[in-house]
Amino acid sequence: MPKTTPFHPRLEALNRTKIWDNWAGYLTAPRYQYSDLSEYYAIRNSAGLLDTSPLFKYRFSGADATKFLMHAMARDIRKCRVGQAQYTTWCDDNGFVIEDGVIVRTTENDYLLTAAEPNLRYFRQINRKIGLADCQIDDVSADYGILALQGPHSLNILRGLTADAEKLRYFRSVQTEIGDKPVLLTRTGFTGDLGYELWIKAEDCLDVWDTLMAAGKDYNITPLGLHALKIARVEAGLLLLDVDFSSTRYAWVDAQRETPIELGWEWMFRGLHKDDRDFIGRVAIESEIANKTSRWKTVGLTVDWHHYQQLHREAGIMPPLDGVFHEGTMNIYRQSEIPWDYAGYATSLVYSSILRKHIAIAKLPLDLCEPGSQVSLEITIIRRSVNVLARVAEMPFFNPNRKTNLI
Amino acid sequence: MSQQNYDAIVIGGGHNGLVNACYLAKNGLKTLVLERRHLVGGAAITEELLPGYKFTTFSYALSLIRPDICEELNLPQHGMMTLPMPNDFHPGFNGDYLKFNGDAYEDYHEVARYSAEDAEALHDFRHLMNRVCYAMKPIMDSIPPNSRSDDPEELQRVADLHGYLEGLDDDIQELIHKLWRGSIAEVLDEYFESELLKGLMASSSIIGSMVGPRSPGSGLVWLFHKMGEYDGSFGSWGFHKGGNGGFTQVLAKALRSFGGEILLDAGVSEVLRQEGRTTGVRLTDGREFYAPTVVSALDPRNTFLKLVDPAELPADLVSHIEAYKFQGSASKVNFVLNDVPPYPGFEGNTEIFRGFTNVGPTLDYLQEAFEDAAAGRISRRPFIDACVQSTVDPDMTPPGKHIMSCFVMYTPYHLAESDWDTERETLGDIVQETLNEFFPGFHDIVEHREVVTPLDIERIVGISEGNIFHGELFADQMFMNRPAPGWNQYRTPIAGYYQCGSGTHPGGCVIGAPGKLAAQQILGDLVSAI
Ligand SMILES: Cc1cc2nc3c(=O)[nH]c(=O)nc-3n(C[C@H](O)[C@H](O)[C@H](O)COP(=O)(O)OP(=O)(O)OC[C@H]3O[C@@H](n4cnc5c(N)ncnc54)[C@H](O)[C@@H]3O)c2cc1C
Repeated sequence: MPKTTPFHPRLEALNRTKIWDNWAGYLTAPRYQYSDLSEYYAIRNSAGLLDTSPLFKYRFSGADATKFLMHAMARDIRKCRVGQAQYTTWCDDNGFVIEDGVIVRTTENDYLLTAAEPNLRYFRQINRKIGLADCQIDDVSADYGILALQGPHSLNILRGLTADAEKLRYFRSVQTEIGDKPVLLTRTGFTGDLGYELWIKAEDCLDVWDTLMAAGKDYNITPLGLHALKIARVEAGLLLLDVDFSSTRYAWVDAQRETPIELGWEWMFRGLHKDDRDFIGRVAIESEIANKTSRWKTVGLTVDWHHYQQLHREAGIMPPLDGVFHEGTMNIYRQSEIPWDYAGYATSLVYSSILRKHIAIAKLPLDLCEPGSQVSLEITIIRRSVNVLARVAEMPFFNPNRKTNLI
Repeated sequence: MSQQNYDAIVIGGGHNGLVNACYLAKNGLKTLVLERRHLVGGAAITEELLPGYKFTTFSYALSLIRPDICEELNLPQHGMMTLPMPNDFHPGFNGDYLKFNGDAYEDYHEVARYSAEDAEALHDFRHLMNRVCYAMKPIMDSIPPNSRSDDPEELQRVADLHGYLEGLDDDIQELIHKLWRGSIAEVLDEYFESELLKGLMASSSIIGSMVGPRSPGSGLVWLFHKMGEYDGSFGSWGFHKGGNGGFTQVLAKALRSFGGEILLDAGVSEVLRQEGRTTGVRLTDGREFYAPTVVSALDPRNTFLKLVDPAELPADLVSHIEAYKFQGSASKVNFVLNDVPPYPGFEGNTEIFRGFTNVGPTLDYLQEAFEDAAAGRISRRPFIDACVQSTVDPDMTPPGKHIMSCFVMYTPYHLAESDWDTERETLGDIVQETLNEFFPGFHDIVEHREVVTPLDIERIVGISEGNIFHGELFADQMFMNRPAPGWNQYRTPIAGYYQCGSGTHPGGCVIGAPGKLAAQQILGDLVSAI
C-alpha cells in the first residue's frame, strides 16, 4: 500500500482525474485537472500549490552540526547563515554526485535538508567515521509536510497571511505563522519563478492547506501535479535525479556517474582556493577543475523552430507541440560530414508553451558547449529517426526578474 | 513645419502596423509608426477604464496570430504569454448544456449525453478539420498570386496553386469547396444531429460577419477562424496575459528592440505624393514626415479613398473599394461582476468560465438573430461570446471581482429605424437580459457595464462601419480579391505606398499575417530596386 502525505484528504478530493503516481512510496498526483497546461500556467501567471512532502527530510543539530556539513557537503555550508537556504550537493570520494538538495539553516546549530532518496544511514555513517561529539542526524520526514507555493501571485497570497513574507529575499527563510500555525517559510522552489516553500508540522497540514487555498481563491490558486512542475523545472534549467543524472551510489560504472562540474555546478566551488574544508570528493573535484578533465557538460538546447516545422511538413503531418514531454535519452550528433557522428544526448525534451519552442537538457562534449553551437537532435517523425537542428542555449531558459527581486 | 526623414513610415499602430514595422526595422529600415490615438493596439487594446479593472474594450482572445511571427520577432522574450482555455461552456435551454474539459474521452461522454454518434463524429470531424487547416496553412502564410497580372511568374503561381489544391486528398478538397462558398449549417447537418452541438460549433461561422449559419459564406468565416491555433492545435484559443492589449504592448516592445519608433497622438490626414510616388505623410496637425516607403495599416476605404485622392487611382480599383463590404455587425458589452455568472447547478463555479461561454444554443437561435439584423434591427436575442478572463488571470481585476467581455452579434452598423447613439443602452439592456435568461440572477452580480457599438468601433479605432475584420470575410473579397483583384499583393498604384491592414490577405483577427506579408513584399521590392 502506498503511503499518503498529510495533505492527502484534500488532494484526493481535488484530483479530478483520479490517477495517482508513486513518488518515493507516496501517492502523488501527476495532475489534478485534465489540462497540464493550466496547471503549468498557474506557475507563470497566477499561483500554484504543490505537495512535495514525499521528499526525505533530515535535521542536523548540535554544536558540531556545521562541522559535519562542512565535511559531508561539497558546497561550503558556512556561507549559509541563519535564516538562509542553500542549494547544495553531496559527492563520493571520487567527486561523483550522490544527490542535490536544499538545506535551510534555521538556527545557529540547526539545519533542515530535503533529499530525493534515503540518506539517513549514509549521513550517520559519515558521522560515525569522523566521530563528531555533538551532531544529531534525524529523519524528520514524517514530522512535516511541505508545500510549494509558486507563481507571480504567491506573494500576494502570503502577504495577507503573514507580515514576514513581504521582505523575504531569494533563498532566505523565516519562522512564521500561517493562520496561527507555526510554519518555516523559505523563498525557494523548483519552478524558476517567484515562489515559496513551507515546512508545516504534520498535524497542521490540513489547516495550512485550507488557509492557503482560501487566501488564494481570488488569485487563481491551482493545485499542481508533478507534470506541470516538470515542465517548469526544465524551463528553469533545474536538474532532476534519475532523469538528468543518476546517483553514484547505485551506478555500476563511471560512465553512469557525473561530477558536479559536469552537471554545471562549477559555480558552487567558486571560492574553493580560499576554502580550507576537507570535504568528501574535494581532491577529485579540485583536480577536475584544474586539469579540465570533465568528460562532458550539461547544457541547454533549443530546437530550431523552422526546421522542426519543415521536417513535419515534409512528412505531411502537423508538428506536435503541446504534449511533447520526453524524459529519456535522445541522441545528439555533430553537424559534420560524417553521418550520425555521435556527440552526446539529451535527457529532458519538452515543448515550452511560454517560449513557444522545444527545449532540452543535454550532455555534450566540451567543444560543443558554447551557446549557439549547432547540433542535430534525433527525434522521431512517423516512427522514423530524423535529425532536427538544435542550438546550445544558456540555462535557465526562462528566468523572470521576479524570481529573485524584492517585490 | 517640422520634418524628419525615415526609410519607412507605417500609418496606424494596430497590431498589423506594429508587426509590419517590426519586420521593416528588423531588416534595417529606419521605421516610424504613426498612431492617431494615445496608445497602440488599435482593436487589440486593454484599458483600465475603472481603477484596477482591465477591459479588453474590443478584441479579447487570441488564436490566429501566426506562430512564425512569434518566433521571428522573439515575442516570448518580450513577454508574450497566451493562457490556455481549458474549458468551454455552452448553455442551452431547460438546463441543457455542453461543458468541455479538454480531455478527449470526457468530452466524448459529454456529447454522448445528447448523441453517441455525434460524439464519435466529432472526433472524425476534428481530424478532418485539422487536415484541412494544415493544408490551407501555406496559403494563408504566403502572398497570394495576382490574378490580374500577365507576368509569367504570376501566371505560374496561379497554376501552381491550382495544382496544389488538386493534389490534396479528396476529402480535404471536398470540405474546402463546401466551406469556401457554402453555409456551415450544410456541413454540420451532414455530420451531427444534436442541435445543441451544432449551435456551439456554428459560432465561429458568424463572428463579425453579416451572415447567419444557414447563409452561404458562413462556411468560409468558420474555416478562417479554425485556421488559428494554440500550441499546434487548430481552432484552439487562449487569453493573452493582460488581454489582447497585453499582446500589442509586447509588439511595441519588440519594435523598440529592433530600433523602430512609435509616435502617438499622430493622426495622418494625407499620404504625400510626387509624380506617382509617395514621399511621406502629413498629420492632421500639419506636421510632415518623409520616407520613400509609406505603409497604410488602415482599412481599404481609408487607404485608397481618404489618405490619397481616389481621382489619381485607376477607376477599376476605386469602384472595387467603393463596393467592398464593411457592414459591421458586432459589438461589445463588457461587464464588471462581483461573482461568476450563476448557471443552475454550477453556482459559484469559476472553472466552467475559463474559456468561451457560448450563448447561442442552436442553429435556429443564431439564424433568427441574423434575420433581425438582416432587417436592420439589433437581434432581439443576440449571440454572445462571453469570456471571464479574470478566472484565470488575476491581474485583470481586484481580488473577488470579475470582468466579463461579451462579444455580441448581431448589431448592424446600419440600423433601419434608429441610430447607435440612441440605441447604446438598449443594446446593453438586451445583452444583460439575454444573459439573465441563461444565467438566472445575472442582473444581481452586475456592478458596471460598458457598451461598445459598431459606431464606437468606427469612431474610436477608425475602422469603416466598425467591421472588426476591416471588411467582410466573403469569398469575393478574400485571397486574390482582398481588398481588390490586382491589388492583393500589398502594393498600391502609387509607388512606395503599401497596405498592410486586416483588409489585405489573409484578413482580420489578431493574426499579424497582413503585416508580415506586406513587409516581405516591401523588402523584396526594395531589393529588386537596387
Ligand atoms: C469588438 C472587436 C472584437 C474583436 N475580437 C477579436 C478577438 O477576440 N480575437 C481576434 O483575433 N480578433 C478580434 N477582433 C478582430 C481584430 O481585433 C482586428 O481584426 C485586428 O485587431 C485589426 O488589426 P489591424 O492592425 O489590422 O487594424 P486596427 O486594429 O484597426 O488598427 C488600425 C490602427 O490605426 C489607427 N489609425 C486609424 N486612423 C489613423 C490615422 N488616420 N492616422 C494614424 N493612425 C490611425 C487606429 O487608431 C488603430 O490603432 C475583434 C475586433 C473588434 C472590433
